[in-house]
Amino acid sequence: MSEGIEGIPQTAEQETKGTKEDKEARAAQEAAGVEQTGVSGTAEAAPSVDRADTDTDTDFVNPLRDPQDRRLPRIAGPSGLVIFGVTGDLSRKKLMPAVYDLANRGLLPPGFSLVGFARRDWEDQDFAQVVHDAVREHARTPFREEVWQQLAEGMRFIPGDFDDDTAFKQLRSAVEELDASRGTSGNYAFYLSVPPKFFPKVVQQLKKHKLASAPEGSWRRAVIEKPFGHDLRSAEELNRIVIWNRSFVDHVQITMAEDIGIGGRAGYYDGIGAARDVIQNHLLQLMALTAMEEPAAFDAASLLTEKLKVLKAVRLPQDLGQGTVRGQYAAAWQGGTKVRGYLEEDGIDQSSTTDTYAAVRLQVDNRRWAGVPFYLRTGKRLGRRVTEIAVVFQRAPHSPFDSTATEELGSNAIVIRVQPDEGMTVRFGSKVPGTSMEIRDVTMDFAYGESFTESSPEAYERLILDVLLGDANLFPRHQEVEESWKILDPIEQYWAMHGRPAQYASGSWGPEEADEMLARDGRSWRRP
Amino acid sequence: MKIDLTDTTASKINKALVQGRRAIGTPAVGMVLTMVIVTDEENAYDAIKAAEEASHEHPSRTLVVIKRHARTPRDRQSSRLDAEVRVGADAGTGETVILRTYGEVSDHADSVVLPLLLPDAPVVVWWPVDAPEVPSKDPLGALAQRRITDLYAVENPLETLQTRVRSYAPGDTDLAWTRLTPWRSMLAAALDQARARIVSAAVEAEAENPAAELLARWLEARLHVRVDRVVTAGPVVTAVRLGTENGEIVIDRPEGPLATLTLPGQPSRTLALKVRATSELIAEELRRLDADEMYAIALNGAATEETPAHV
Repeated sequence: MSEGIEGIPQTAEQETKGTKEDKEARAAQEAAGVEQTGVSGTAEAAPSVDRADTDTDTDFVNPLRDPQDRRLPRIAGPSGLVIFGVTGDLSRKKLMPAVYDLANRGLLPPGFSLVGFARRDWEDQDFAQVVHDAVREHARTPFREEVWQQLAEGMRFIPGDFDDDTAFKQLRSAVEELDASRGTSGNYAFYLSVPPKFFPKVVQQLKKHKLASAPEGSWRRAVIEKPFGHDLRSAEELNRIVIWNRSFVDHVQITMAEDIGIGGRAGYYDGIGAARDVIQNHLLQLMALTAMEEPAAFDAASLLTEKLKVLKAVRLPQDLGQGTVRGQYAAAWQGGTKVRGYLEEDGIDQSSTTDTYAAVRLQVDNRRWAGVPFYLRTGKRLGRRVTEIAVVFQRAPHSPFDSTATEELGSNAIVIRVQPDEGMTVRFGSKVPGTSMEIRDVTMDFAYGESFTESSPEAYERLILDVLLGDANLFPRHQEVEESWKILDPIEQYWAMHGRPAQYASGSWGPEEADEMLARDGRSWRRP
Repeated sequence: MKIDLTDTTASKINKALVQGRRAIGTPAVGMVLTMVIVTDEENAYDAIKAAEEASHEHPSRTLVVIKRHARTPRDRQSSRLDAEVRVGADAGTGETVILRTYGEVSDHADSVVLPLLLPDAPVVVWWPVDAPEVPSKDPLGALAQRRITDLYAVENPLETLQTRVRSYAPGDTDLAWTRLTPWRSMLAAALDQARARIVSAAVEAEAENPAAELLARWLEARLHVRVDRVVTAGPVVTAVRLGTENGEIVIDRPEGPLATLTLPGQPSRTLALKVRATSELIAEELRRLDADEMYAIALNGAATEETPAHV
């Protein structure tokens, strides 16, 4: 496939979702025909990527590679990375260090080149110096001069605005020069580390200057920054356990909580809200990964098939008023600091009805999950930062024990912690030591950080490597995004017509209405 | 914290480990394997240091077996086991037990090691020096899934290499092979780019370098061409040349960590190819604990029976 970035048809339905940013992203996508997903979100999770091809010509079999030879890492093929908005925080704190860490681990191809694009009056050396400082400060692996030299030779900087044709001409010649001098073979990934409103502009310019179309036998990929974090492995392994179904599971709680407020992102956040920002992509993805059947393989297509089946089987609560809750954080003391309420944040209208907290109850209507509610919640200014999936099992029948013995016993649960401090907790009942019969909840904990210290790469390292390798496993595709919107749209429409968000104290675990929602089902939220 | 035990037994050492863990307040253990290091007093310090650094990536219980030589007939009569138990900050991210054996117990070190292995977890044995002739038949080696030797630490590396070919059993591995991984991955990446049939090959290295010999044998097994061994002043491997019909693929590392990659019809580029520290080599070894089939193929070189390209 040599036609470069390939388009997918847009549906009219998608267009209606639009809040401001959303429309811009969609416009960008239409402009270039870049495959594209979801809406932007929070600051700290990993982003999602849009890609549009798979690798080509497979006649040549490299005799030095062998599946048995597992010491050899997967090194990306000859390629380069162009970062737009290279002077931004994300680029300096995450992308540049990630590129260095990949190089240090020997995972970048010889001749890998890094091109920065931003509105600064810099020469290549100035840019290299900025990258150098960023790497020194933020890289995960130790600084090594020889690795730095290998990288520095391939660094270029293009000064200019996004509507500056000269700059894009320069970019084009820089790319061609790198192909000749570094052997990048025309393979480029464009990383748009810029606010969503610039997506259309940049993409149009790439198209106009023929940067979006790859020469025969090479590829071009675009990465659009839309935060998204999840952990695939753990969710999938559990799928094989026979207790993973309605006969044993009572309900599932998926939580993504942030302790920060909206900070300086008023312009972006107001009008979008927690449900669109987080539930639509992050939480529904986590839910799909938790509930899906075992995929035939861990490739992008098989995963997509299984996730789509789950998303299509999702059923909304009949009474949206009873099955959903939204809230706004109110001024309060949080973790020792006095913080403002949402309506008092700079740039937020007093009458804003944007939700900073959202909780929904969903059902998955298939054989495995019918009757098992999935509770999804997300919010800002909650107790602490955590993303987790809790699978709560049905209470065991305790006939051998009298009720006093099991007074302190809750339900067994498996909790998958996605971030921070990735791992898994199993909670179960245990007899308290001593002569009296008493059963109490205890936990068994596995933390990745304990058993595999230091080896878990940064999310951005994985992202950049996957982009260069053309591996789309971890990125949601447009069909999933459409299904997710089908789930969220009726809720948003209902909210627009009915009531206002409930207020909750900053630093708490959300509004009372959310607790009441679970109480009506005879359940309660976990305290993460 | 450190606990010294003189004239002790394995069960007393086990008690000391539990006691040490309780004392530092972390009774739960997240250790993933047991590493047994068999060494002499002279090499123990460096080996323990490397193992502790590697334990940051693979939290492990490290058992160091040091056989002390008795100098008088009277000493040889008596048999004694001394142990030093280190937990917490003194032992990387795991636990370290240094076992010193005197007299007869030296011949039965496996009886001390066996009760100290972590339940169920894999066992790795590493001989920094003086590896046994047949590692898999050694009493300690037989306990392990993986046996690490080092051809850099022997008198006649190429002769010993032949012994290793004969004594190979699945699970054997050698640090001379581990040292080649960056070279091999760069060569594979270079061939990914060049996409050409290789018609000739040469490995340039210092004389008697076992890693260079393994590299040449690996290339012979994979490329089915004769590989010339060219002796240079070193250090270690200095260059690999792969001839294609359109010119040569060359990775040249005359000195230091910077190498140059040249592909036919393309500009040459700089590559970082560092000589890695022992701790990094050990960390790489511990990433996979099953048999390294490619090492077996490299040991046998061109004599390897044809294996299918895709399995």
